[in-house]
Amino acid sequence: MPFIPHTEDDIRKMLETIGAQSIDQLFDEIPSHLRAGSLDAVPSARSEMEITRLLSERAQQDSGALCFIGAGAYEHHIPAAVWDVATRGEFMTAYTPYQAEASQGTLQLVYEFQSMMTAITGLDVSNASLYDGASGMAEAVLMAIRANRKSKSKRVLIAGTVHPLYRDTVKSIVTNQQIELVEVAFDTSTLVTDLSALSAFEGEDFAALVIAQPNFFGSLEDVHCLTDWAHAQGMLAIGVINPMAATLISPPGEWGENGADIAVGEGQPLGIPLASGGPYFGFICCKQKLVRQMPGRIIGRTVDLDGKEGFTLTLQAREQHIRRSKATSNICTNQGLAVTAATIHMSLLGHEGIERVARACYANTHRLIGLLSAVSGVEVVSQGACFHEFVLRVPVSSRLVLEHMARQGVLAGYELSPADFTSSGSYLNNCIVVCATETKTEQDLNDYVSALEVSLKELEGVEC
Amino acid sequence: MLIFERGVTGRNATAQAPLVKAEVTSIPAELMRKSKAKLPEVSELQVVRHYTNLSRKNFSIDTQFYPLGSCTMKYNPRGAHKVASLPGFLSRHPLAPESHSQGYLTCVYELQEILKEVTGMAGVSLSPMAGAQGEFAGVAMIKAYHDKRGDHERCEIIVPIAAHGTNPATAVMCGYKVKEIPVLNDGDVDVEALKEAVGPQTAGIMMTNPSTCGVFERQIEVIAKVVHDAGGLLYYDGANLNAILGKVRPGDMGFDVLHMNLHKTFATPHGGGGPGSGPVAVGERLLPYLPTPIAGIEDAGGEPDYCWLGQEALPDSIGRLSAFMGNAGIILRAYIYALFLGRDGMHRVSEFSTLNANYMAKKLSDAGFDLAYDDRRATHEFIITMSKQAKELGVTAMDFAKRLLDYGYHAPTTYFPLLVPECLLIEPTETESIDELDGFVEAMTQILKEAESSADLVKGAPYSQPVKRLDDVKAARELDVAYKA
Repeated sequence: MPFIPHTEDDIRKMLETIGAQSIDQLFDEIPSHLRAGSLDAVPSARSEMEITRLLSERAQQDSGALCFIGAGAYEHHIPAAVWDVATRGEFMTAYTPYQAEASQGTLQLVYEFQSMMTAITGLDVSNASLYDGASGMAEAVLMAIRANRKSKSKRVLIAGTVHPLYRDTVKSIVTNQQIELVEVAFDTSTLVTDLSALSAFEGEDFAALVIAQPNFFGSLEDVHCLTDWAHAQGMLAIGVINPMAATLISPPGEWGENGADIAVGEGQPLGIPLASGGPYFGFICCKQKLVRQMPGRIIGRTVDLDGKEGFTLTLQAREQHIRRSKATSNICTNQGLAVTAATIHMSLLGHEGIERVARACYANTHRLIGLLSAVSGVEVVSQGACFHEFVLRVPVSSRLVLEHMARQGVLAGYELSPADFTSSGSYLNNCIVVCATETKTEQDLNDYVSALEVSLKELEGVEC
Repeated sequence: MLIFERGVTGRNATAQAPLVKAEVTSIPAELMRKSKAKLPEVSELQVVRHYTNLSRKNFSIDTQFYPLGSCTMKYNPRGAHKVASLPGFLSRHPLAPESHSQGYLTCVYELQEILKEVTGMAGVSLSPMAGAQGEFAGVAMIKAYHDKRGDHERCEIIVPIAAHGTNPATAVMCGYKVKEIPVLNDGDVDVEALKEAVGPQTAGIMMTNPSTCGVFERQIEVIAKVVHDAGGLLYYDGANLNAILGKVRPGDMGFDVLHMNLHKTFATPHGGGGPGSGPVAVGERLLPYLPTPIAGIEDAGGEPDYCWLGQEALPDSIGRLSAFMGNAGIILRAYIYALFLGRDGMHRVSEFSTLNANYMAKKLSDAGFDLAYDDRRATHEFIITMSKQAKELGVTAMDFAKRLLDYGYHAPTTYFPLLVPECLLIEPTETESIDELDGFVEAMTQILKEAESSADLVKGAPYSQPVKRLDDVKAARELDVAYKA
C-alpha cells in the first residue's frame, strides 16, 4: 500500500485495542446508503517508475520554445542553491509556525524576508506574503478602504495601465462588498496614465489610487506626480510594482513628497520558476501607521523567558482564527515555501546582484527594440523608457503572427486584447507585449527577429 | 544571528549576478532609485550555511511525528515533488499558447476528473490558491446563483459555532451576514436550532463533515433537507475530507459546493505555511459560476486537444481569483499523488487514518485522558480535553503541547475547536506506523506523571528547543517586524 506502513499484524492488534471487528466497522456512524461506490473514473494505481515515465513525456511536450512572454511572469536565472536549500524537508514539510519554539527556522527566515521586502519597497513593514500579485492587489484595495479614515467612500481609482488579469482578479474578489472600481484612462501615444484624465476625478471621494510601475506595457509612469495627486485628494496611493525593477527604479517609499502608502506585487521574479503560474507569492508592504489594517500573517521579533532573542507570529488579533467574521481578511496562510526561496535568492544576489539583473533585462529589451526598428512593417509602439517589456504592433493579425512564430519555436509575446483597454479604442489592435529578460542571448534576440520576418512573409496577403 | 548581521560591505555571491553592469540611458533621473536597498552582503557559502542551519530549527513531517489536528500532516511523497520539478514543467510560461501546453493541460484536466469522481460533484475548478480562497469561491458562487435568479433577499450564511474561523470571515468577504448555530453535546449540529434559523433570508450553510469536533455529522441528510427546503445551498468545507475519502462523497450527502485542501488530503507539502491549493467542486446548478480558468477538452476524434476555458466559455463565472491559474505546481503534485494511490488507494486513506485515530483515542483514554466525545467513533482525528488536569494540577493543554516538543513530537492543535475547553485536537494521519502512535501515547503518559509530581516542570516547557516560551505581549506591543541596520 503506497505510503501506508501497516502490516496485517498491526491492523489486527489495533482493531483488538479498539474493540472493533474490522476497519469498516469504524465507519458505522455513516448511513450505509450514503456509502461511495467504486470510483470508476479514477485511474488505477501506478508505480513511481511508471509515473516518472508518463509525466516526463508530458513535461517534454511543453518544453523547448524560446519564451518572450512576460505579462506578470518573468524568466530569470535562479541560482542552484536557492531551491536546493529551500526544499530541505525541514522547510518544505513544516507547517504554519504556531508552535514558535519548534519553528524558529521558518520564523526567523520570514522575519528576514519581511526586512528585505521593506528594504526593496522603501516602506516600513511587510507581511509574510499573500497568494500572488493579483490577489495581493485585491487585499491592498480592501486594506486601503479600511485604512483611509478621511474617505467615507468604497470607491477606488485604478490606472488603466494595470495588468488586465490583475484588474479582473480584483473585481472577482472585492465586488461582493459593494466596492466600486473606477478605471483611469491612459494616453495611447505614451502608454502611461493620462494626468489630464485624472483631473476629472478631482474633488470626488475615493479611498485610493492604484498605480503600476512599470505598468503592464513595460512603460514607466510618472509615479511622483501620481502619488502627490492622490495625497492631495485625500486618497491613499497603492503601488503595484515589480520588486526586481525596484532595485533600479524609484521604489514606492520614494514616490512623490511622502511616498506611496502601500506597495504590493508579484514576488515571482525573486527566484521562483515560471512553472505554469504558481506557486508564486504576493507581497504587501505599507507605512507603519497602517500595519493594523494589513491582512495576513506577520512575524515579529521578541525575547523568550530567558531574555534570548526569538521570533513569533504577531498581531494575530487581526486574523480570522481570532476575529472570525470581523477579521481583516479570510486569509489564513502565506506562500511559505516560495518566500523561503525568495529570501535565499535575495540573500545570494544582494542589492548589487538584483540591480545588475534588472539592468541586464533593460539592456536586452532595448537591444531587441533596436533590432525590431529595422524590421519593415512592424512598429514599436512604446516610447521612451521601458523596463523589460514593450508593445509591438504587427501589420497583420497578431494572433496569426504569434501562431506562426510559435511553430518556429518562439513564443513571441502576450497578445493585447483591446477589450481589456477600453479607453484606447482600437489603437491596440494587433499589438503584443514583448519581454526580454537577462536570460536572452544575442542569438536568442536574432532568432526572434528571424522568426518574425519568416512569419510576416508567410502571412503576406492575409487579411487581418 | 540574522543574515544581515553576517554581511560585510562589498561582499557578494559573485557567480550569481551578470558580470557586466549594463548602462541605463533612457530612464529619466527622477525615476531612478536614489538609495540602495539594504539587502545582505554575503557569500554563497554563508547563505547556504545560514539557511541550512535555520532549517534545522524547524519541526517538520520529515523529521518528526506532527499530529496537528485539522491539518492532515501526512507524508509528502518525494516522487510527486521530483516529477513536478521536471524542467519542462518548471519552465512553462503560464500564458504559453495551448499548442505548447498540452502536457500540463492533460494533467490538469485529468485531476479535475478525478476530483469530480471522489467528491461526487459535476464540475471542478482548480484555481483557488488555498482553502480560504476555495471557501471564498464557493460562497461567491452561492451568491451568484441567488443573484442570477433575482433572489436578492438572501443575506445570511449559517455557520455552526464549531466551524473554522475562515468560514465566518469568508461569508463577510462575500457580503453576507453570519448566523451562528449551536452544536449539541454529542458533537452534532443542533437541528432544532437550525430549523429556527433558516428562512427566506438564508443563502446557505457552511459545514465541515466530519466536523471540527472529530465526529461524523449523523444528521447530515436532515440538515440538507432543512436548508434546501428554505431555498439555501450547502457548502462543504473540505478540511476533513481525508476522513471520508472514497467512503462517502459530499455530493451524495447533499452538498452543492465544496472546496478541498490539496495540501492536506492530496499530500502536497505545507511549505512552512503554504502554498496550499483549494480547488472547488460544484453540483449541476452551480456549474456556470465556477471560477476561471478551467481545463476543457476538444474531442474531434483521434488525440484529444486540451484547452483553457475562460470568461468567454463561462460568461456567468465568478471570475478569476489569481493572475494565472492558481498554484499550478501544487495541482501537479496532487495529480501525481492521485496516480500513486489510484482508484483502490483512495479509500485506504480514510480507512487507515481512521484506524490510527481510533487506536490513539482508545490508548489515550486508557492512559487516563478524557475524550471530548467519549461515546462517538473518532474519525481521522479526535479531541481530548485537559479541563481536569488544568483544574486539579494547574497544567493546561498548552503546557502539555509545549512539553511534547521536548519529547520530540510536534504538538497537536491547541484550543480548537473553541467550544471544547482546554482541548488538544489530534490527527495522526494514515502514514504513521503503530510504533510512532505508541511513542506519542507513551510521551503523553509520562507528561501526565510529570504534571502530577512536578507541575512546574511541565509549565516551564519546552527546554530542548532553540528558544523557551516567547513573550508574545512584547512582540505585539513593541512591534519589531523588520530589521533596521
